[in-house]
Amino acid sequence: MSATSWKEPEVTEALAAEHGIKADEYARLLEIVGRQPTFTELGIYSVMWSEHCSYKSSRVWLKQFPTKAPWVICGPGENAGVIDIGDNQAAIFKMESHNHPSYIEPFQGAATGVGGILRDVFTMGARPIANLNALRFGEPSHPKTRQLVAGVVSGIGHYGNCVGVPTVGGETNFHKAYNGNCLVNAMTVGIADQDKIFYSKAAGVGNPVVYVGSKTGRDGIHGATMSSAEFTEDSEAKRPTVQVGDPFTEKLLIEACLELMNTDAIQSIQDMGAAGLTSSSVEMAGKGGLGIELHLEKVPQREVGMTPYEIMLSESQERMLIVLKPGHEEEARAIFDKWELDFAVIGHLTDTGHFVLKMHGQTYCDLELAPLFDAAPLYHRPTEPTPAQPALDLDESALWPSDLSLADILAKLVACPDLASKRWIWQQYDSQVGADTRFISGQSDAAVVRVHGTNKALAMSSDVTPRYCFADPVQGGRQAVAESYRNVSAVGALPLAITDNMNFGNPEKPRIMGQFAGCVEGMAEACRVLDYPVVSGNVSLYNETNGEGILPTPTVGGVGLLADGHKAVGLGFKNDGDVILLVGETEGHLGQSLYLREILGLEAGPAPAVDLEAEKRHGTFVREAIQAGLITASHDVSDGGLQVALAEMAMASGKGADLAGLDGWHIAELFGEDQGRYVLTVKPSDVETVEAKAAEAGVTLTHIGTVGGDSLTAPGGLAISVASLVEVNESWLPAYMDGKLG
Amino acid sequence: MKSAVIVFPGSNCDRDIAVALEQASGRKPHMAFHKDTELPDVDVIAVPGGFSYGDYLRCGAMAAHSPIMKLVKERAAKGVRVVGICNGFQIITEAGLLPGALIRNKSLKYVCRTVGLTVENTDSDFTKKYTKGQVIGIPVGHGEGNYVADEETLKRLEGEGLVAFRYAALPSQTADQANPNGATNNIAGIFNAERNVLGMMPHPERAFDPLHGNTDGRAFFDSLVESLS
Repeated sequence: MSATSWKEPEVTEALAAEHGIKADEYARLLEIVGRQPTFTELGIYSVMWSEHCSYKSSRVWLKQFPTKAPWVICGPGENAGVIDIGDNQAAIFKMESHNHPSYIEPFQGAATGVGGILRDVFTMGARPIANLNALRFGEPSHPKTRQLVAGVVSGIGHYGNCVGVPTVGGETNFHKAYNGNCLVNAMTVGIADQDKIFYSKAAGVGNPVVYVGSKTGRDGIHGATMSSAEFTEDSEAKRPTVQVGDPFTEKLLIEACLELMNTDAIQSIQDMGAAGLTSSSVEMAGKGGLGIELHLEKVPQREVGMTPYEIMLSESQERMLIVLKPGHEEEARAIFDKWELDFAVIGHLTDTGHFVLKMHGQTYCDLELAPLFDAAPLYHRPTEPTPAQPALDLDESALWPSDLSLADILAKLVACPDLASKRWIWQQYDSQVGADTRFISGQSDAAVVRVHGTNKALAMSSDVTPRYCFADPVQGGRQAVAESYRNVSAVGALPLAITDNMNFGNPEKPRIMGQFAGCVEGMAEACRVLDYPVVSGNVSLYNETNGEGILPTPTVGGVGLLADGHKAVGLGFKNDGDVILLVGETEGHLGQSLYLREILGLEAGPAPAVDLEAEKRHGTFVREAIQAGLITASHDVSDGGLQVALAEMAMASGKGADLAGLDGWHIAELFGEDQGRYVLTVKPSDVETVEAKAAEAGVTLTHIGTVGGDSLTAPGGLAISVASLVEVNESWLPAYMDGKLG
Repeated sequence: MKSAVIVFPGSNCDRDIAVALEQASGRKPHMAFHKDTELPDVDVIAVPGGFSYGDYLRCGAMAAHSPIMKLVKERAAKGVRVVGICNGFQIITEAGLLPGALIRNKSLKYVCRTVGLTVENTDSDFTKKYTKGQVIGIPVGHGEGNYVADEETLKRLEGEGLVAFRYAALPSQTADQANPNGATNNIAGIFNAERNVLGMMPHPERAFDPLHGNTDGRAFFDSLVESLS
């Protein structure tokens, strides 16, 4: 291979358009650069200005989120958010989407989604302790759904299991709005010492810029641009833009980076995620207000003959960029040699303020760096508010199909795709590695993982109800945050902060931008009232296929703290004779409920209203009662309403209950999705204490019944064995994946 | 009791087993790296779970040929106790310390859940604190834990009491849920003929601490401590 210089194609407006740069953006680019850019420069601008990297449509809205609290150490803008969890320790976490790649190539798309979010967290000095995944697929009957579920789940397992980080929680839903765009939102939570947190702001002119990890190949070129466009029929042809993950190398990279972080060698560090070497080097130098010069022939390469353009735009995985303090090169190199990873000094920081790329002495890029970093277009896109849904007009006889008993209805609900057991999925994930796992999804409302070597534990949950967001973006936004707060509180943890993953359709459509704006408004309000700030996040737009957008899906990843992990409470009934209490008020709101959708085939009505003050009051009451050791089981009331919540508590334990307190309850009250409610169980001897505390806190408690037996029974006809509920709840997903259903 | 834990590139249960060994014995295990050519004098060597060398070749095949495994084999021959858990079981089997092989789970899927185990033989330094026939719950997490061996080997394992643990249904499970991987004769763990080497797919270090909600693995470590202190 003799080629040491390349003749690059001439840059034209048409070539810019092929790179996703619109005509007005290209004019702006020419003005900033002051000349025709080179081909490599065009590639660099195209990824830095992509929606994925620049947040050009969403940034103006995201400013509404509250991001500060006394316990927030670092809010949005870094690789991940950082919060104080006491004892000089910090929790570092973020959620990120890998939607587009996962639809095109589910196994590698999902696997590299996990890899990418892990890197965002250990880049900052944290050892990852837990992964969660929020997955949304199309309707089960859609021909692609089964293959996507199989591929995504297997990809997540492949990566997370090998890398040795337990996958402990998440959610999986199905809806036809995701037929052409599945959502894969991956969250990682890690722990670091507060005096060992690493940031990406480069400093020190002349400091060496070091490349570590895997070699650079031709995979993933233009992934960021692909993720910033709608899908069409021929999107499958974009498969080469999906990267290939290697969890073994990631595991070595975690160990090597954490070992290096224990020395005093690192000035700043950033992972190479979307837009690879380009965005990492531009962001690091940009944050430091410096220039950077790279010599691309020094970049470890997987194949010969790669051009500067390809090297800069590759999204090969498992790579990091580090600015070392001077004189630490050999110390750092020894660590990466030990872990058998590539290590190369590829350039240095400069005071020129320019982004300079050379290869074999020839210059391929010489751009002023600041505009790349902070002069991306910023759009105030037009918004159109979502029209209010008309109120439901259904009387009891229309609500209750005459051919179904209460037991039939309950069995049908717990077997529906959204509520059916996801055991088939989570048994494929190693949820126990680390030996610090207390609860995983299905055992409690939030996953609980101990902070290694302490008694503390973190509670983690991912939540959003897209059908509410579609019906009413503001209420839906509030509800997503409130449900996260509720799930974290339900295990007894204090909710501290959230990461958000905003998944929406095409922002150029006012209706979609209206959904975005509405959800942000509701989320921001809930975060303020609940003292639950946003510390990190990710936006995924253009989730549309052939003009059809997904349901607005602002996934909320919440993290809370338990001072003593042993006090965490699960959702399964615990002891025969325990008294079942309902926290909160029940009005019977059926709009947008699963009952309407699954039993009556209706997706209609307004979303349930969220009373944020009540959420706070109820959450605080539940948390304090758990901390006082008064609660034996705890579960929030969400999809499917009270009757389903009770069934879930029974199924998780195999224990039944006598639900005498439901005497005279109507369908709407049994299955309505009123917010702010929890079901608690309490030993008979503690009921008076709990009641007194509730009265003091201004919280409504209703006696529902008593744990015991092996059936759920209630006056008015409900009688169903827990075993039969478990049977239908457990059988749907395995049968579906075996091709026996849908 | 002095112990060592072997760390391969891609091991991921090395810390977990070290924590359990330290808590049970009161002594910090020596952490030995795969390239090490020396190993201190220890009573027990643990080969931990994980994905050594990514398991991109046959599981455990690369690790079995690493420098440290030469030492592990020498020590095993001298009677030092060696336990391989999960990937460790695959590694010591590949290294020839135990007969048979661990192939892809019958379901072709990775499986992580708590399985029931019958303690088949309590006449060993690893199992003496259990009672024979006792059913315990221990988590597994593997894609290739399906134990196979030729008929003669199986006959020998069964005839000489070398099956340590066998999959069994827990009270909450049906009989067909007992075996998570299709292993022959429900074999979950085996000894060598001298019973100083044990390989097992389940992870006792994941059922050790009250926080795990299950401490059935505790007696495994207590057996070692009682035998070797």
